[in-house]
Amino acid sequence: MNNRLTLFYLFASCQLLVSSCSNNDNTTAVRDNVLVYCSEASPQSFNPQLVTSGPTFDASSRQIYNRLLEFKPGSSYVASSLATHWEISKDGKEYTFFLRKNVEFQSTKYFTPTRSFNADDVLFSFQRQWKKNHPFHSISPLGFRYFESMGLEELISNIIKVNDHQVKFVLNHPEAPFLSTLAMDFASILSAEYAEKLILSGHPESIDIKPIGTGPFQLVRYQADAFIRYRAHPQYWKGKEKLEGLVFAITPDPSLRFARLIAGECDLMAKPLPIHLKAAKSYPILTSLSEPGSNVAYLAMNTSKKPFDDPRVRRAINYAVNKKALLKIVYNNTAEAAKNPIPPNMWSYDSTTKEIPFSLDKAKDLLKSAGYENGFSMDLWAMPVQRTYNPNAIKMAELIQQDLDKINIHSKIVTYEFGTYLEKIRKGEHQTALLGWIGDNGDPDNFFSPLLSCAATKTGNNAAFWCDPKFDEIIHRAGSESDVTLRTQLYREAQQKFSQAMPWVPIAHSRQFILANKRIKNFHLAPTDGMYFSGVWLAPMTEQDKSTDNSNNIQEAQ
Amino acid sequence: MLLIVVRQIINFASSFFVLSLFTFGIAHLFPEGIDFIFSHNSQSKLLLGTLPINGIENSNIVSVYFQYIGEIIQGNLGQSSVRGTSIFSEFWIYFPATLELSIVALLFAVSIGIPLGILAARLKNKWQDKLIISTTLVGYSMPIFWWAMLLVMLFSLWLGITPVASRIGFEFDILPVTGFMLIDTLLSTQEYSTEAFYSALHHLVLPAIVLGTIPLAVITRSTRSAMISALSGDYILSARARGISKTQEVWKHALRNALIPIITVLGLQVSVLITGSLITETIFSWPGAGKWLLEAVYRRDFPVIHGGILAIASFVIVTHLLLDIVMMFVDPKLRRNA
Repeated sequence: MNNRLTLFYLFASCQLLVSSCSNNDNTTAVRDNVLVYCSEASPQSFNPQLVTSGPTFDASSRQIYNRLLEFKPGSSYVASSLATHWEISKDGKEYTFFLRKNVEFQSTKYFTPTRSFNADDVLFSFQRQWKKNHPFHSISPLGFRYFESMGLEELISNIIKVNDHQVKFVLNHPEAPFLSTLAMDFASILSAEYAEKLILSGHPESIDIKPIGTGPFQLVRYQADAFIRYRAHPQYWKGKEKLEGLVFAITPDPSLRFARLIAGECDLMAKPLPIHLKAAKSYPILTSLSEPGSNVAYLAMNTSKKPFDDPRVRRAINYAVNKKALLKIVYNNTAEAAKNPIPPNMWSYDSTTKEIPFSLDKAKDLLKSAGYENGFSMDLWAMPVQRTYNPNAIKMAELIQQDLDKINIHSKIVTYEFGTYLEKIRKGEHQTALLGWIGDNGDPDNFFSPLLSCAATKTGNNAAFWCDPKFDEIIHRAGSESDVTLRTQLYREAQQKFSQAMPWVPIAHSRQFILANKRIKNFHLAPTDGMYFSGVWLAPMTEQDKSTDNSNNIQEAQ
Repeated sequence: MLLIVVRQIINFASSFFVLSLFTFGIAHLFPEGIDFIFSHNSQSKLLLGTLPINGIENSNIVSVYFQYIGEIIQGNLGQSSVRGTSIFSEFWIYFPATLELSIVALLFAVSIGIPLGILAARLKNKWQDKLIISTTLVGYSMPIFWWAMLLVMLFSLWLGITPVASRIGFEFDILPVTGFMLIDTLLSTQEYSTEAFYSALHHLVLPAIVLGTIPLAVITRSTRSAMISALSGDYILSARARGISKTQEVWKHALRNALIPIITVLGLQVSVLITGSLITETIFSWPGAGKWLLEAVYRRDFPVIHGGILAIASFVIVTHLLLDIVMMFVDPKLRRNA
């Protein structure tokens, strides 16, 4: 009896396993319309105006909202979006945007729009961030950090509604990157009508929690630390998405994300570790997508200190650093060598600047001509944390230390907690320091001005403390010019000047990676590090799918 | 009978009193102090922390305590310092997931543990018994996170027969009504509600096995020892002398008596399940109260930690109260003694 009973239980539990998994197969039809993305963190808010973190932008601005302008998929060029076209006045201070007509806001359980998108929505979205006395300005304790850090408070002098479909931005001074700025996440367009309704209902804070936008997907349900569920916006102005649903499965543990990807529970995973990239090769259903990131890692040489004020010494160090070894050991070959301060996927990148090869002889010659044939001692600063542009700065510092030893430059590695590290560098306490930069608006000015301008030597963001008046003039002119051809020319000139002076050892532009199921089609990784699911669709899950190579349909590394 | 129930409720009230003193004390240690409980009374949330709220500053600690109890009883646990949402309503979003998982885990443990324990008792000192006892020891002493990973690797990644994580396949959009996925899928009006139900059941298998492993070991062992002592009772001997069948001997006479200690052990497993859910839920990305609390700890979201502890501890106290009442129906001795 007892034995029989035990057998029964065993049988019953096996039955449970088997029956439920056979049922699972019937559901693939539903699954083909729903894309599941294993994301790395819960969003802080659903309002992109309030935050600076990638996961929040992925969850809000990149699915729910549109901006006046947008970056073309996979590039840093701006294209029309909610604004169909625009006019810039001759003095470069007035930008008039012509707004797209018949753009519908999302209709959800909590809000049904009665009118289409118009100039009031643009005004609301910017004035909320700009005007301190705006009723929505102080709703959230998070503040408008992006708006402020881009200096828009001082830049914008007025925003005028010309008519329902025309908005004019008046600036205090000409600023060429302004168009790129308007394509950034924090410049998303919210619904003014929704805001009015919320004021009446007494819950203005809902605007940041229950979003209404014009974007491709609308929010259905969100459970913190569990999932975000979207469905396609039926009246999306570019046409309804092929995907019916989109789910962010919030999975902070990278190994669990990877396991879910292998098991087919996710179609895409965020931020894989190098070990996952290696392991993914043995799964035919997976593909790894990569894209040169919009970033640069460099060794800044403090030109305000001897002997780095001598360009020959700086050049010698450039010759002595073996970048190939760094790429292999530190980046595991997931980065490309840098020679310019801006990454190669950015417009105006000058591919003609001369790369400095690894050559100890040339380095020694240069040191000799500078009067340092016996070498010298210096400190070499390295940050203690992993960054997108540099997975292991300490290891990189050790390798550079060995390289420099060979030309008799003896270095001591110095490190501090990251906040302190940056603070001390700003004060110029270092001789040489490993640093990096991630561009966020796709404009070259976003690299040149903060990192290499004379003004930045005062804030200390220019860690090389390199101030060349000629170079400075070029990047200033490029920054206030609005003609792209002319700007490209000027930035190329700036890169040539940079490569003559070499205030840095430009090290690498690291690639960003994502692992995906091969059935994902038409997905593009954005160079500004973001997930856009508009236009993406899923091929049906079939056996054949697993064996054929579909990588042509997915944008591979450029 | 009524008297006993009243006595149990007084017991419960005093446990709750001690618990509330404890959480009240803890709340005072938080960087933001205890204000978060009263913040909804303030005129504007933006002024939180800058103004003496609700006149607390002028009152002594005893009256603050009573106000605190008043708020708690009304179900106000304050707001999350990270998300600004009501903790009480958040708890009811996450807790059903934990409860559902715990109930299934307990069912798994009971339905396998009791028969196994009986089998071991019947075959006392034979090799089957020794095998069962040593296996339960392994089950009891195994770290469950390791066990969970092992099972995931074997069943989910290698054999591919169980899902890796979460409560249900993401293709199913299920409106939360009760918070119990098995019930909600059946209530759902979507055309895929049956498939969704199976998906939810399928997702429960591994986490329930993992969470149920320790209770399974404990239940098997206590069933075995309770049965051994019951089977050696004089009344069994006399019943056997009367010539009753083995089945009757075990199921009718011995098991009934053995059930009392087993139920006591079961009651104790409730808190084991809750602690275990912290790890199980994290590994299986199960959106339950354990994971919710753990995330709050990572974020130093003190109001959530406070509310979570209070709510979960109250739940354990209430379960024990109910179990005590159940025990009185099962065990006539308890009825008489009262």
